[in-house]
Amino acid sequence: MENIEKATIETKINTNKPNMITNTSNHLLDLDDLSTGDIETIFSSTNAMKEILNRDIKKVPALRGKSIVTLFYEPSTRTRASFEQAGKILSADVINITNKSSSVEKGESLYNTVKTIEAMGVDIIIIRHPHSGAPYLIARNVKASVINAGDGSHAHPTQALLDMYTIINHFGSLKGLKIVIVGDILYSRVARSNIIGLTKMGAEVVICGPHTLLPTELLNNHSLLPIITPFNSVRVETNIEHAMADADVVMALRIQLERQSTNHLPSLREYSYRFQINKERLNLAKPNVLVMHPGPMNEGVEISSDVAHGPKSVIEEQVSNGVAIRMAALYWLSSPKRLEA
Amino acid sequence: MTTQIFIKNGRIIDTSQNLDLIGDLLISNGLIEWIKNTQSKVSISKNCEVIDASNLIVCPGFIDLHSHLREPGYEDKETIATGTLAAARGGFTSICAMPNTNPVMDTMATIDYVKRKAQEIGHIKVFPIGCVTKGRLGKDMTNLFELADAGAIAFSDDGNPISDSNIMRQALTYLLDTNLPIIDHCEDYSLAQNGVMNEGWVSTLLGLKGVSAVGEENMVARNIRLAELTGGNLHIAHISTAGSLNLIKQAKENNIPITCEVTPHHLTLNEESVLGINGSNVLKIYTHKYDTRTKVNPPLRSRLDVEAMVNGLETGIIDIIATDHAPHTQVDKQCTYDQAAFGISNFETALGSVLALVENGQVNLSTIINSMTYAPAQILNSKLGTLSKGASADVTIFDPKAEWVVDSDNFTSKGKNTPLAGTTLKGKVLATLVNGTFAYRDKKKLPTIDAH
Repeated sequence: MENIEKATIETKINTNKPNMITNTSNHLLDLDDLSTGDIETIFSSTNAMKEILNRDIKKVPALRGKSIVTLFYEPSTRTRASFEQAGKILSADVINITNKSSSVEKGESLYNTVKTIEAMGVDIIIIRHPHSGAPYLIARNVKASVINAGDGSHAHPTQALLDMYTIINHFGSLKGLKIVIVGDILYSRVARSNIIGLTKMGAEVVICGPHTLLPTELLNNHSLLPIITPFNSVRVETNIEHAMADADVVMALRIQLERQSTNHLPSLREYSYRFQINKERLNLAKPNVLVMHPGPMNEGVEISSDVAHGPKSVIEEQVSNGVAIRMAALYWLSSPKRLEA
Repeated sequence: MTTQIFIKNGRIIDTSQNLDLIGDLLISNGLIEWIKNTQSKVSISKNCEVIDASNLIVCPGFIDLHSHLREPGYEDKETIATGTLAAARGGFTSICAMPNTNPVMDTMATIDYVKRKAQEIGHIKVFPIGCVTKGRLGKDMTNLFELADAGAIAFSDDGNPISDSNIMRQALTYLLDTNLPIIDHCEDYSLAQNGVMNEGWVSTLLGLKGVSAVGEENMVARNIRLAELTGGNLHIAHISTAGSLNLIKQAKENNIPITCEVTPHHLTLNEESVLGINGSNVLKIYTHKYDTRTKVNPPLRSRLDVEAMVNGLETGIIDIIATDHAPHTQVDKQCTYDQAAFGISNFETALGSVLALVENGQVNLSTIINSMTYAPAQILNSKLGTLSKGASADVTIFDPKAEWVVDSDNFTSKGKNTPLAGTTLKGKVLATLVNGTFAYRDKKKLPTIDAH
């Protein structure tokens, strides 16, 4: 190991670049940026937000005078709409920009688009982008707070927060729970953020899927890793029946149709045959197991319809918690206490 | 009248003559006159310029077998004027220019253009590399002999591999009459799959598409087999993996006549740079993640690969250091990692980077100098890379102890794209002479002194 250390030359990147921020505390880019304390703070204000959502008049002035832009370079129903609703309930002004309806169509670069948005005096930019790391590019270059609403295969922190919150609502805590994530782990931003968040909060995470969709580089070479990553404590199980045994939560991920054309899978049919969450497989889990899915679902592929809409499914609850979590996230980013800290 | 430059009391290292001594060097009319140790009596002409090289290294000018000058076609990234001056500041006196310009260098006209432009406004010697195939498309061979006559010093489709094995075989065979090498960028496209960084734990954490080491090694292995089959003159560009090194080691043990190069960044930086840090602190907060200045092809590899590259250089399996200087505009890099252009602007930091290996005790200084002077000259069958009597006076003088902070805004190169910005390097070029004339000189640190 000594030799390895020696071979790597110490570099301190970017110490002389003023536009590089080292303190990301005014952004929500991924869960690795958050402490367990931060996560608990967000969850406790999520409880308060849920109460607001149950009122007849769903409006509080918490973010009055703040302006928020949602900047979506990928199609989205629940994430974009729930951010918009979260902002509006908190009295912020929300502007929605999508790549189809903006200068992006005319070839404007992401950098120039966000600089334009910044020049209009925006407080929070919520970005979804097909390229991993896009929110980091923005966070480096604008003064506004940046929320990552899903970047490529990298991270989707608010989805993971709402998933964790939903589980806690049922079990009281995440500690010691066996949580099985099934599907395309390799390309899933939902899986990555959940792995970071769930392990941080003490859950036991099992990932399950075909070898072609598992991050083998992280899983096979533990001894070669120079650092501890959240993936080190994850268990891999390619046999769905073994994975499901005694599970407290099973989370099915969306299988992208393109995985077939890139030869990660012979067919969606074979995927369903091996990994679909159906009744028989669900019976192997604990009796009070929760079934989750970040949506949008391919019913009949990664999850059978009867399970998706069955008694153990909390998929709709995930959606309603999504609004509350995003309200809490927006509030957390703009809370003055946080800025002082 | 004779023009003379007298460089006195430097540590002169010339691996072509196995020289490493404290001594004096006299240049007369653009040629090396002699090297003597400091005790010798010397007689120099009256108007001779005298330079005190005490505590400095004096060696043959560096030769870069792999660089991108971008002209014609991409003058916003670099021009022959800015690129050659940047190279001079980095200690280079001769550079080979890759043909991925626009238009590509696949005709006599483009080769001739680059050559003449370099002669007119270039600050150092420029040797164009011609395309192996028309349009760099990997389908039909260019008129290789015509390009050679126009001045092509080697052939490459750089940036692209020559994917078709038969075309590679035919080109290697066809060129047997010459001593001009084919330089191949080794990448199996079907495995590379549009990846943007090394396939490994960092790419997995960051959700970036990885380029497998095997993608490079497949093509290195194929090329070695074809070199053996044809007896052709093959040089493998920028190797980056421990597996490639093993293949080349075996090939050399079997006396297959191939050569290879490594870049300064593959000797000193690893994939963890993409995290914006070097190791240890992945779970901490930082937004330097996805620093596009670390995006380069082949990608920065693992710690073990970097270690292998260093060992390969020291043991001589790797023949030379080449920069793969690849300047880009700010727009090319100020975008997402997936969109960013591949490449690092390398001329001005190359020496300082690789001298860290000497500082750490991993590589001998003479190995480094040999791999940047005499060894590349050998590959090009050139008379450069030496300070022997009568050789053209291409000389580099550098201070191996000078520490400096890399400020890419002050680069002469138009390409400010380097992950080393803000880092401290040790070792700085103070003067570069081409044919006995200063192409670059730090006059403050290297003034003319009174002769006596």
